[in-house]
Amino acid sequence: MKFDVIIGLEVHVQVMTKSKMFCSCPNRYGSDPNTLVCPICMGYPGVLPVPNNEAIRKTLLAGLMCECNIALYSKFDRKSYFYPDMPKNYQISQYDLPFCEDGKVVISGKGLSKEFVETKPIGITRIHLEEDVAKSTHFRQCSGIDFNRAGVPLMEIVSEPDISTPDEAYIYLTALKQIMQYADISDCDMEKGQMRCDVNVSLKSPESPTLNAKTEVKNLNSLKAVHRSLLYETERQSEVLEGNGQLIQQTRGWNDDIGETYILRTKEDAADYRYFPEPDLMPVEISSDYLEKLKKEVPETPAQRCARFIREFAIPEYDASVLTSNKSCADYFEKCISFGSDAKKTSNWTMVELLRELSQANKTFDQCPVNPENFAELIKLIDNKTINGKIAKAVFSDMFSSGKTALEIIDEKGLKQVTDTDEILQFVKKAVESNPTPVQQLKEGKSTALNFLVGQVMKFSKGKANPQLASDMIKKELS
Amino acid sequence: MSTVQKFVFKHNPGTIHEASDALETGDLSSVKLCEGLIDRIDSVDSEINGFLSVDKDQILEDATASDSRRKNGKELSPYDGIPIAIKDNISVKDQTCGCASKILEGFASPYNATVINNLRKNGVVCFGRTNMDEFAMGSTTEFSAYRKTSNPWDVGRVPGGSSGGSAAVISSGQALAALGSDTGGSIRQPASFCGVVGLKPTYGRVSRYGLVAFASSLDQIGPITRDVEDASILFELISGHDELDSTSLPKSNFNYADLHDEFDINSLKIGIPKEFLEVQGLSTDVKGAFEKSISIFKSHGCGIVEVTLPNLAYAVSSYYIIATAEASSNLSRFDGIRYGNRVDKSSDLLDIYLDSRENGFGEEVKRRILLGTYVLSSGYYDAYYLRAQKMRTLIRDDFNKAFSACDLLLSPVSPISAYPFGSVSDPLQTYLSDIYTIPVNLAGNCAISVPTSFDGDGMPIGTQLIGNFMEEVKLLQAASWFESVNDIGKQT
Ligand SMILES: [Zn+2]
Repeated sequence: MKFDVIIGLEVHVQVMTKSKMFCSCPNRYGSDPNTLVCPICMGYPGVLPVPNNEAIRKTLLAGLMCECNIALYSKFDRKSYFYPDMPKNYQISQYDLPFCEDGKVVISGKGLSKEFVETKPIGITRIHLEEDVAKSTHFRQCSGIDFNRAGVPLMEIVSEPDISTPDEAYIYLTALKQIMQYADISDCDMEKGQMRCDVNVSLKSPESPTLNAKTEVKNLNSLKAVHRSLLYETERQSEVLEGNGQLIQQTRGWNDDIGETYILRTKEDAADYRYFPEPDLMPVEISSDYLEKLKKEVPETPAQRCARFIREFAIPEYDASVLTSNKSCADYFEKCISFGSDAKKTSNWTMVELLRELSQANKTFDQCPVNPENFAELIKLIDNKTINGKIAKAVFSDMFSSGKTALEIIDEKGLKQVTDTDEILQFVKKAVESNPTPVQQLKEGKSTALNFLVGQVMKFSKGKANPQLASDMIKKELS
Repeated sequence: MSTVQKFVFKHNPGTIHEASDALETGDLSSVKLCEGLIDRIDSVDSEINGFLSVDKDQILEDATASDSRRKNGKELSPYDGIPIAIKDNISVKDQTCGCASKILEGFASPYNATVINNLRKNGVVCFGRTNMDEFAMGSTTEFSAYRKTSNPWDVGRVPGGSSGGSAAVISSGQALAALGSDTGGSIRQPASFCGVVGLKPTYGRVSRYGLVAFASSLDQIGPITRDVEDASILFELISGHDELDSTSLPKSNFNYADLHDEFDINSLKIGIPKEFLEVQGLSTDVKGAFEKSISIFKSHGCGIVEVTLPNLAYAVSSYYIIATAEASSNLSRFDGIRYGNRVDKSSDLLDIYLDSRENGFGEEVKRRILLGTYVLSSGYYDAYYLRAQKMRTLIRDDFNKAFSACDLLLSPVSPISAYPFGSVSDPLQTYLSDIYTIPVNLAGNCAISVPTSFDGDGMPIGTQLIGNFMEEVKLLQAASWFESVNDIGKQT
């Protein structure tokens, strides 16, 4: 493409709190429609908002995680527009004095535009706090509104137009998601609407200093949709420009089924939100003492944790980045290590066996039936040769489905590895006697024949023989 | 029988404190008290139209419950069983709360305002819903969507507004006391017009939770009563910090007992803002009443100083920008979607909004929504709203300076006394008549209107005392003193 692409993201993230932003209704997903409501979040006459301090604390924490400046004086404002999902027909938001400004998120990994080899900083313009609106569902004859979501604390994270490719947008969103999960700010489950994204994209010819008119694509509900819509938009816009057409500033929607954006409105129809300071709320003043205290609560970022894993546990960078990409995975891993299992082996087992079982069972780390202590024990049992790797896989599978410990299963099924040389010698003799051809081949130096014979020993021992011991004894028997 | 004898009626008991004493001695029961007032309503309210609704069954049920508490020695307070009338913009659970508007016709509130919870905790009986200008926007109660309330001193005249219903039912003996709300004078001006006492507390003293908002940064609930003693009692019952109102003052507990601390008129200093006598349209009668009250304070040894409020000229315009801006936003929730009246001739969403609001709001409310929407619009915000806010700060500073030279300010309540229906038709002229009350709301101070004398037509005139931030004790002490030494005279 002969154009530079300029992308900025506006990301809405629901803040995890016990109660909603301005009332005491539970902040919870998945209840029956309109069961988590009260006169305040329904916008009844005479009600007043009371700000949720926990939501403010988590917003400040998000700001600190993104290296923002925290405003010691900020306020809420009203943003006016009429729509049935807005109970008061204005939204309590923040206009000119947001809680957090001027930060950055450093992204890394494959897919960065070429001038950035390893990492690229994406500027964060601002993070402000507002209330979520109700959820509308449109049926053939009517529309339904679920006010359970109305009043849920919602952060808006606005990035600088520093993103140059759809891939970078994807990486940035993933990084943002990890940060929010790390600080327990939000689960960012996009399927549940906990994270939603609007993208701004415009093109510029490399020779010209001026941008062409931008397009905003609203309400993207998955990382994939963000990526696809950006690909579609850059293509659409460059086709217009290449055909000597004129772009006009506009807001577009995304049709995920056909993979296309469509026009919602042009700049001329832009709403006048008539922002003004919310008179029902006092300005928010944050003391420097409180801010200092909060700074101490800032958890490690995913990038910091990844670096620490490499340093502390001597595991490869790839392992560390996979393990730390998900906070509960990294927590699980660290817990196992604290029970004394070998780091590299634990890393392998976590990344391969554990992740596979979890994904097959559609479970998260928090729901994992095998706790870190038992998982560490299993790995230690392999290390001290109580069981071999192959049996361990079967044992683990059993642990996962039954919730029993490794030792319980090993005892029950008599799976303890056979290390008694007399016992193994019997199997070795049997294997040598009944397989003259491979024996001959092995004598001629064909090493695959050894694998076959070890396999026979394992078969006769029902998998319990120590394979290394078996291999040594076969070689000794034939020498 | 003259209108005076017919409507402006001296009862025994006619006040909260008298009734409370009679309940305590057993000379009176709450049921008997309420029944007496209901009889009075039945005989006169068809001409006064002060109430929008009176749920007699509920009132008598509450009164019966109060009497049995008292009989068992379990009364909740000395005011258990006292009936208080409630302005139609204050939420009482399961009672209609219509703000005298068609858009909320039949709407029953699902919760109690904090002031109502505070009253109920003390055993007070909610006694009917009083008429008002629609959404408290007006100075005559003529903008009620339902009925025009008459001034009990002359039924051909307005009772003032927006709490005109509350003031009229007290002055006509249909209730002992009432709650009103004051955004730019809506308690003090009708109190003055109807010859009763009206207190606007310091902003934040009384929780606004459950008061249907007109202008959030200016609204304040307060008592309308027959005397200053009752205003103090009711104020103590309703005030206090409320977690449900973020603008409520952190420490706002008021002790009625403090009122009876020693009060020495000789050590009091009263400021007279010199601009107040230069107000255009100040009637001779009101000016006379104002001068009378100054001379009463002076003759008893109170210090009188001249002070200045240099930005007074900008108060009315600043107020109408800020109040309408907030109102346009506060009233946007009335859209016919979740509650209230919906007009759905069309299935188009925009039409439902337009038709419901066109049909549901009255003329004055629409005028103010339009004004407020305009001043907040992009391109006009800085010129109007922002400048008005800056002016508000200057006016607040003016008051602070004035209070550094004196304890209280003295002023008329309104440049004119109660006037005949229809005699003032220009909205701007009505707005300008709020000149004495509006600055107090802008500054957030407390103020009270106390009956002073009568005009040439026999209509009552009040005097306004203005107190500094949170200085209700001083304000009420001086008002009570003034009330006791002043001879209001007779309707001529
Ligand atoms: Zn709620």
